[in-house]
Amino acid sequence: MSVVTNTTTIGAIELPSRRNTELLLLAFAVVIPIFAYANVGLAIHGELPPGMFAYGAGFAVLAGIAHFVVRRYAKYADPLLLPLATLLNGLGVVLIWRLDQSERLQNLAKRSFGAFSPSAPNQMLYTALAIALFAAVLLILKDHRVLQRFTYISMAGALVLLILPVVPGLGADVFGAKIWISVGGFSIQPGEFAKIVIAIFFAGYLMVKRDALALASRRFMGLYLPRGRDLGPILMIWAMSLLVLVFENDLGTSLLFFGMFVIMLYVATERTSWIVIGLLMSVGGAVVVASFASHVQARVNAWLDPFGCYTTSGACEQVGQSIMSFGSGGVLGAGWGQGNSDLIGFAANSDFIFSTVGEELGLSGVMAFLLIYGLIIERGVRTALAARDPFGKLFAIGLSGAFALQIFVVAGGVMGLIPLTGMTMPFLASGGSSVLANWILIAVLIRISDTARRPAPAPAPSPDSEMTQVVRPS
Amino acid sequence: MSELTLTVMRLGFLAVLWLFVIVAVQVIRSDLFGTRVTQRGSSRRGGAGGAPQQGGGRQAAPPQQRQRRGAPTKLVVSEGILTGTTVALAGQTITLGRAHDSTIVLDDDYASSRHARIYPDRDGQWIVEDLGSTNGTYLDRTRLTTPTPIPPGAPIRIGKTVIELRK
Repeated sequence: MSVVTNTTTIGAIELPSRRNTELLLLAFAVVIPIFAYANVGLAIHGELPPGMFAYGAGFAVLAGIAHFVVRRYAKYADPLLLPLATLLNGLGVVLIWRLDQSERLQNLAKRSFGAFSPSAPNQMLYTALAIALFAAVLLILKDHRVLQRFTYISMAGALVLLILPVVPGLGADVFGAKIWISVGGFSIQPGEFAKIVIAIFFAGYLMVKRDALALASRRFMGLYLPRGRDLGPILMIWAMSLLVLVFENDLGTSLLFFGMFVIMLYVATERTSWIVIGLLMSVGGAVVVASFASHVQARVNAWLDPFGCYTTSGACEQVGQSIMSFGSGGVLGAGWGQGNSDLIGFAANSDFIFSTVGEELGLSGVMAFLLIYGLIIERGVRTALAARDPFGKLFAIGLSGAFALQIFVVAGGVMGLIPLTGMTMPFLASGGSSVLANWILIAVLIRISDTARRPAPAPAPSPDSEMTQVVRPS
Repeated sequence: MSELTLTVMRLGFLAVLWLFVIVAVQVIRSDLFGTRVTQRGSSRRGGAGGAPQQGGGRQAAPPQQRQRRGAPTKLVVSEGILTGTTVALAGQTITLGRAHDSTIVLDDDYASSRHARIYPDRDGQWIVEDLGSTNGTYLDRTRLTTPTPIPPGAPIRIGKTVIELRK
């Protein structure tokens, strides 16, 4: 190896702000959903949908506002996060509108609730609200390190958010899972927001404790085993997520929180043993809970044999229909509006919305969607790598880890890879809390990436370089 | 609506969706080359005006002095706050001290602002020189008074920090 570095200087490239790239991609991301919208209208009604231009214009305005706020207040932010999220949100609204047009679902709603109300206008409203929140986060949160001060407050806040759904009178039991609260006619899913709040706690906590967790350990069978007292926090989080599982009947939320903690622990300490311990604990916990909670048992049965219990159990029928819709989509899909994914019936436009992607856009569409999610996660991890402060690193990795886990859990559930958990596909699924929380998540990532990519300020003048005062005795 | 139109739209939509993904990936590509190599010595002579060159300095000028066989290639901090820090030895002078512009900034009450420097002499032998520090620089156990060649693996102690040259 010849060493020639004495004639070269290796320095970081001054990163351009890349706001124009973002604007271009954003325009692209607004056009694609409009195309999809036109396609659905042509396929189902044989004409362009009447609200197409109003919808397109509204969506473009929302995207424009978001872009303006980023350009003004987070100049150096990552150029991909906003367009990717916008595209997913736009296609989500189209998917929901497409399922609104289904007569089967309309009749089902009339039979079970007495009336049918379309979900797409609501979703559009929530999107507008979410963009407002996105702007507010970027305006208020000038520096993500401020959040570090709220480490333990956010732990308390996240616990309250998690406990809210089981509070009598406030919580709403919807089809077995107690993850909603109803306030003044609106139902909110506090778990979605807890995901962000708890990431603040994990990041702040692990930043302080990571040396104790990483260095004080014994080597045993090739693994670094932590000391007993350092196991405390992981045991606590584990117990908490099991309690959520038992009392709220929600496999998804508990998996999300525990998984997120293990990911952040691994990143903070670089110890593989935490992953092994975490996997063993989650498998152990899941087996124990599955053996006595009937709700979880039904999900596991539906996963093991979706067609065996097809006619006997409602959970099985949904999973079976979902798998069939993926199958009938094939490689290129049936085309927008031409599939039969509405046969899934209940929750077709929320938990099972990805099956509609599978049927109408086929394997290639599913892959494109997963890649878009993957790109968001990649940008999050990249932000964590670039961040200069340990809190920002851990926070960004926690948020992108939670996002990744959620996608794995939902997509894996509807495809029959893992038991169905009843979480929402970020940005696609119908539901206000999910859209709001995920836009906040994107706003926080944009803020961290802005801080990370901002050129470093000029170094402070060195105190040593000041002129020495010479005092002479006169 | 005719079957043909719908088929064209179906395939068209997938194409547009994938185009978006590909464009997004292209945007990421620019991140992967996050450093640039600027030529100093040769380009100044060539009059290129320090033009940035991507790709690891393939056209860099040959080194001014030959790397001696078995010469140390890196400086490793083996004790002190900065333990584990390594600096590649590439013919440049390394300064140590509390001053902010030192190559290795020592946050140590026992170090002076410009404590010592390590530099290669004409035939590539690395020399350590104490820059008139208050508490002294020690090579092995002896306090330095003159610039001294560094034997491989010998510890250099400055306050609480110990550094070594390694291959």
